Amino acid sequence: MKLTVNNLSFSYANVSILKNIDLAVGLGELVSIVGPNGSGKSTLLKCINHILKTRQNSILIDGRDTSKFDIKELSKLMGYVPQTSISAFPFTVFDVVMMGRKPYIHWSIGERDNEIVAQMLEFLGIGHLAMRQFPELSGGEQQKVIIARALAQQSQFLLLDEPTSSLDIKHQLEILCILTGLTQSKERAVIVTMHDLNLASRFSDHMIMLKKGAIYARGKPEDVLTAQSIEDVYGIKADVSLSNSGKPIITPIVSNFNEFTSRISLFFEEKPKEIKHENT
Amino acid sequence: MTTTTADLKKLYNKDRKKKILVIFSIFLALITTALISLSLGAASPRIGEAITVIFYKWFPFLHIDPPSSLAITIIWTIRLPRIVMALIAGAGLAAAGATMQGILRNPLVSSYVLGISSAAGFGAALAIVLGVSVAALSGYLVVGNAFIFCLLAMVIVYMIARVRGMSSESVILAGVAVGFLFSALISLIQYISPTSNAVQAIVFWLMGGLHTATWQNILLCFPLVAVAVILMVLQAWNINVMSMGEEVAVSLGVNSKRVLAINMVLETTVTAGIIAFTGIIGFVDLIAPHIARMFIGNDYRYLIPCSALMGAFMLLAADTVGRLIMMPTEIPVGIVTSLLGVPFFIYLLVRKRRRSFN
Repeated sequence: MKLTVNNLSFSYANVSILKNIDLAVGLGELVSIVGPNGSGKSTLLKCINHILKTRQNSILIDGRDTSKFDIKELSKLMGYVPQTSISAFPFTVFDVVMMGRKPYIHWSIGERDNEIVAQMLEFLGIGHLAMRQFPELSGGEQQKVIIARALAQQSQFLLLDEPTSSLDIKHQLEILCILTGLTQSKERAVIVTMHDLNLASRFSDHMIMLKKGAIYARGKPEDVLTAQSIEDVYGIKADVSLSNSGKPIITPIVSNFNEFTSRISLFFEEKPKEIKHENT
Repeated sequence: MTTTTADLKKLYNKDRKKKILVIFSIFLALITTALISLSLGAASPRIGEAITVIFYKWFPFLHIDPPSSLAITIIWTIRLPRIVMALIAGAGLAAAGATMQGILRNPLVSSYVLGISSAAGFGAALAIVLGVSVAALSGYLVVGNAFIFCLLAMVIVYMIARVRGMSSESVILAGVAVGFLFSALISLIQYISPTSNAVQAIVFWLMGGLHTATWQNILLCFPLVAVAVILMVLQAWNINVMSMGEEVAVSLGVNSKRVLAINMVLETTVTAGIIAFTGIIGFVDLIAPHIARMFIGNDYRYLIPCSALMGAFMLLAADTVGRLIMMPTEIPVGIVTSLLGVPFFIYLLVRKRRRSFN
């Protein structure tokens, strides 16, 4: 099964957000989308999932135009994990994950739905939270619950919008290890937007880098993440070295730091402090 | 720690059984309250006698010895229609309130906020004034007018909200605006009304009450409420999913705009069908769902039936108290509902263990 984004453009009112995006994702791949704030990463995910309406023949699955799909059929093929999850009225964790079965159930829950939800909770190690109220959980726990919901959907394509951006380093690694694990069997593909370039470098099979709504670079992490591309897209200088496994490691160079410290005295009535590093 | 798949399934099934038990308990409490209410009043036939009358009327094939004609009159033509109307109205209003709160993702939504109550009031006021000045007051003129203006308010709210993409905020804001418009029109009618009789009739109607209940009204109301509540319960999963936001609903295969439109029609129709007969009864549709949430959580498959039972219970209890507390004068049910319901709700809100809304 193959997901193809074909010359996708999107605009809100008259503001163009995405321009001529082409992308192909096959099962077993983990593809990350990186780019500065406002470069169109989230919009791209929402277009792929038809949360935002696109032109015909923009998003294809195995060559078939997904805009012609019934919304329910589409939800069996694609699962979506939003950046933040709200719940106007608190549901238990079990109920939230059960919502992933919505495309398959009419009213009553079957034994199979029950089984799948319980399995996903166990798989993600959040079984002990099953009867807790979703809004009471920590950010990392909530993120796992929503991923469990997307998995209960049993869709081939999993779209996640910055799943790690509000998490601590341990939970970041945990979530990305889970996502990598899901692609191992070649039965699923994961498309994920990310801010942390080092995490993206380490875990992605392929990357695309967006600049102002257009693809600036694509390919393996080592092809995409170069000092040149980071300067062009993010406007900062960075050292790019290679790890033992040959993946790029990005260390930003803070060159305009002094410019800001000197400007502080213009806006605040205080003397600029000498900032010393612990090891110097 | 219980984390295996089998344990989790058991845990969930246990939770489900508990919810069904809660609903069944409330149902029993409701039946008991109805029977007690039936035997309370100025002239008090005993519970036994009241039940005999019901069996005598509903199951003629049992050939029960006829009770006294006084008992039949009190129970059958005065008290029972009123009690049945309280149950139907409470159930319908509360179910509609629960559903709309879920669809619009807002715990403050009620028929007041959506402008329906004020529209009904204006429709009734218009009919009362025209009826009084033009011809003898016909009951169904007022009822019909109140109903039609509710639907009119819904159409206006829908058209305004559609311009703004049918977001829940736009529906609520449009509802509030339309509500204020109709409130102003009610005041205007009262101000320019030619007779003080008409003004009194309008004020009386706006307070709402169940004293006008007749079997004829019930025959019109019951099918409407029953069908609407069943349709709401059938949509429970759509409402569950929409609680997590519109984007998530779409990603789970729910056409959220269509669900919103369907439910606006459904909830307005059922609310209009009730308050057209009873006058404005507020508060039940706002509070009964929240009390139900505290008992049973937010899964709408259970919440809608539970809210309906809770609403029926609240309205019946309030009307019974209103009937008895200042005999022979009656206090309109709308006033009692708030006077009794608010302290009870605040008590639950302060001591609640289960977080029922954010």
